[in-house]
Amino acid sequence: MRLIELSPPGRKVITGTLLFTAEDIVRFARKFDPQPFHVDAEAAKDYVFGALCASGWHTCAGWMKTYIAYWTKEVARLESEGLVAPKLGPSAGFKKLQWLKPVYAGDSITYSVTLVESRPLVSRPGTWINMTVCDGENQRSETVMRYEGTVLEFE
Amino acid sequence: MTDVEFYFEDFTPGRSFPLAQKHVSADEVIEFASEFDPQPMHLSEEAGKASILGGLSASGWHTASMFMRMMFDGWLSRSSSEGSPGIEFMEWKRPVLAGDTLSGRSTVVESRVLRSRPGIGLVKFLHEVENQRGELVMRGENPIMMRLKNSEAGAA
Repeated sequence: MRLIELSPPGRKVITGTLLFTAEDIVRFARKFDPQPFHVDAEAAKDYVFGALCASGWHTCAGWMKTYIAYWTKEVARLESEGLVAPKLGPSAGFKKLQWLKPVYAGDSITYSVTLVESRPLVSRPGTWINMTVCDGENQRSETVMRYEGTVLEFE
Repeated sequence: MTDVEFYFEDFTPGRSFPLAQKHVSADEVIEFASEFDPQPMHLSEEAGKASILGGLSASGWHTASMFMRMMFDGWLSRSSSEGSPGIEFMEWKRPVLAGDTLSGRSTVVESRVLRSRPGIGLVKFLHEVENQRGELVMRGENPIMMRLKNSEAGAA
């Protein structure tokens, strides 16, 4: 089946929730983004964000983590019902990624994906490109992250 | 606070800042993917070879995160960065495979002082990451908030 049949455009699918502990924030940031406001709660007070907060890339990686968990379950569910799950491929990138609010230690982010549009690729018959909007909301229902993603789909 | 070498005023359009080089090991690719993107082509050489990516390949989010560290080590740690509101676009042009060595640069596209935040300006960069064959693997544009040098005296 096609993704567009499984997930009609405009329907928001919740993929999961991830808690960002101070330990997780610092562990990720020490590897990839050791700016003071991501690794040092005390130093963070002197910066615009005002307190220890997750690297934006950590917030994005969290979206992927919940998405893969959701999709793995979804594929198993479809197969158990005798259906053929959409064959999704890699992504070529994203645009309009906004880190709208800092993700502070202790925040729980609930992620979602909404299919916007599915287009056949003229250059590659039997392949579609799906445009999505991907969101993360904190426990106060404030959107902290949003981007427009793309994912390839094969026949 | 670490010593600041580059303030808002230093980011003039066209000026380019090298990213630090980064060797990508199979262990790192698998470690990142195991936590955040456990798809077969990011977890094993065999599955990677069988995929259209052609080998054990880094998650796109891993590539973006490695780029972040290359930028930090290359120049951002010596700048007056206050973080970023987002990424205008990012393209994963080619797979990043285990064993690759990445390098690249950030080039200033434009800059403006923020009226809403005194002492802070926004600098827009074009970032390009290449592999050891000089092939572009990732490019993107994003604005980064930078403190102004001439407001440093009044800062905490």
